[in-house]
Amino acid sequence: MSVKQVSVFLENKPGTLNKLTKVLADHDINIRALSLADTSEFGIVRMLVGDVFKTTNVLNEANFVAIFTPVLVYTISDEAGSLDQLLQKFTEENVNIEYMYAFAGKKKAYMIFKVSDPKASEIKLIARGLRSLTQEELDEV
Amino acid sequence: MERYFQEEIERAPLEKIREWQNEKFLRQVKHVWDNVGYYRNKMQEAGVSLDDIKSIDDIGKLPFLTKADLKAAYPYGLLAVPLKDCVRIQSTSGTTGKRVVAFYTQEDIDMWEECTARAIVAAGGTNEDVVQVSYGYGLFTGGPGLDGGSHKVGCLTIPTSSGNTERQIMFIMDLSATILCCTPSYAAYLGETMKEMGYGPDDIPLKAGIFGAEAWSEEMRRDIEKVLGIKAFDIYGLTEISGPGVSFECNEQRGMHINEDHFYAEVIDPDTGEVLPEGAQGELVFTSLDKKAFPLLRYRTRDICTLTREKCSCGRTHIRMTKPRGRSDDMLIVRGVNVFPSQIETVLLNNGYAANYQIIVGRVNNTDTLDVHVEMTADMFTDNVGEIQARKKVLEDGMRSMLGIKAKVTLVAPKSITRSEGKAVRVIDNRKI
Repeated sequence: MSVKQVSVFLENKPGTLNKLTKVLADHDINIRALSLADTSEFGIVRMLVGDVFKTTNVLNEANFVAIFTPVLVYTISDEAGSLDQLLQKFTEENVNIEYMYAFAGKKKAYMIFKVSDPKASEIKLIARGLRSLTQEELDEV
Repeated sequence: MERYFQEEIERAPLEKIREWQNEKFLRQVKHVWDNVGYYRNKMQEAGVSLDDIKSIDDIGKLPFLTKADLKAAYPYGLLAVPLKDCVRIQSTSGTTGKRVVAFYTQEDIDMWEECTARAIVAAGGTNEDVVQVSYGYGLFTGGPGLDGGSHKVGCLTIPTSSGNTERQIMFIMDLSATILCCTPSYAAYLGETMKEMGYGPDDIPLKAGIFGAEAWSEEMRRDIEKVLGIKAFDIYGLTEISGPGVSFECNEQRGMHINEDHFYAEVIDPDTGEVLPEGAQGELVFTSLDKKAFPLLRYRTRDICTLTREKCSCGRTHIRMTKPRGRSDDMLIVRGVNVFPSQIETVLLNNGYAANYQIIVGRVNNTDTLDVHVEMTADMFTDNVGEIQARKKVLEDGMRSMLGIKAKVTLVAPKSITRSEGKAVRVIDNRKI
């Protein structure tokens, strides 16, 4: 199952990211994972949070543009070689990764992928024995 | 069948209009001469006395008034009646930086409201209609002006004022509003929001909209008409002369009829002040023919347009003005090229974006720079960096072909462009020349 990532447009000027984190803090929203894509002219914040609907609502109210993007999250063991094993299966199934980021837990690491055609990619990877996390499972991490 | 609020006036033969204008003009010049020292001094400086003004054909002898005069005479210098006779002030939102305070007697307000009533009837309004006034109320003339006109027509008036889009939509839907009055950019925003909420043009009870107080293009008109399922009418006015309703569109949607029984219009060459013949493009100048408290003579509006007496199929005989192409002081000269904000707006709308933009002109190493800030919207945003850059490039290419010079597009946060009482600040010129 893909999970909903919240993607937010950021104007390129000092303090914008902090304005975003302030809104989240004021609404008691915990960021589980975050990645910042930047160009010379604007940025996109991509993040996993507990309540995606609440998050996009409060962000839209605070004049941010926030949308959902489906991403696949896979658990791997936190040791050398495990990402390589995971990605071999992506390669074998010809799954195209647009971007990825990661966070590590106590024993496991969590890889977040934005892939082209997420539905079809996910099915191909299931056939390889890879099951992505659901939102509920992610909340338990 | 075409309806009129004051048919005898709106369809009066030209000779009759001339007769009214002449009579009111002579009375008004005397009123100003007797009561407005500031203007009497200007006339004397120009070597003109009351005796030199024998008919409206002598209007060219009178000096112009400009925004600078309003500033110099602030606040009471152009007031022509005792304060005890005034019942209201309105004030401009300062599109061009300086605040103007205009005074009204009760008669002045009645006259103004009759003008907006004519506009509402021209847009198809009757006492059966429900008019939602989503212009700001308060110092801004938009709300009070249309509100008063709506009362005069006998419409049920919903004074929502501006803002709180959800509540606006709730009233439109729950009370079946049939005529919407607001700025065109707000109408477009309401339309987009209603579309997102799943309302199609056939679900929306509105049939007409009266939109003004800022420049808008024909493309924007078509977009608003389509999304709301209405006919959109332009209305023009300025606080200095009274407020919205100085002129208004009829069903023809080909220029706005000026309420000539109250406002005398001339078009001049903005550089020389020379009066131009009918049909020539130039700066619009108004003389208030019967306003008592704040009677401006030959006030330069800085709006660039043309006038026509060509017969209109609606039956109204009053002269029509084209939609101002832009304020003469809105026109920018960038790298030697004339740039009007309305051109930038056209490019945005043609590409499916909302017209939320700001033009920033600067100068680096003696070369002008043209930056256009465009507010990001949920429609424009995607999670894909390359896609956003490609969309931005399409806008830049469009502007280049529209303006003939390169403009740099910068995407900014939603609602980050300064708004003043619902009007966006469109141009910032940082050039130090």
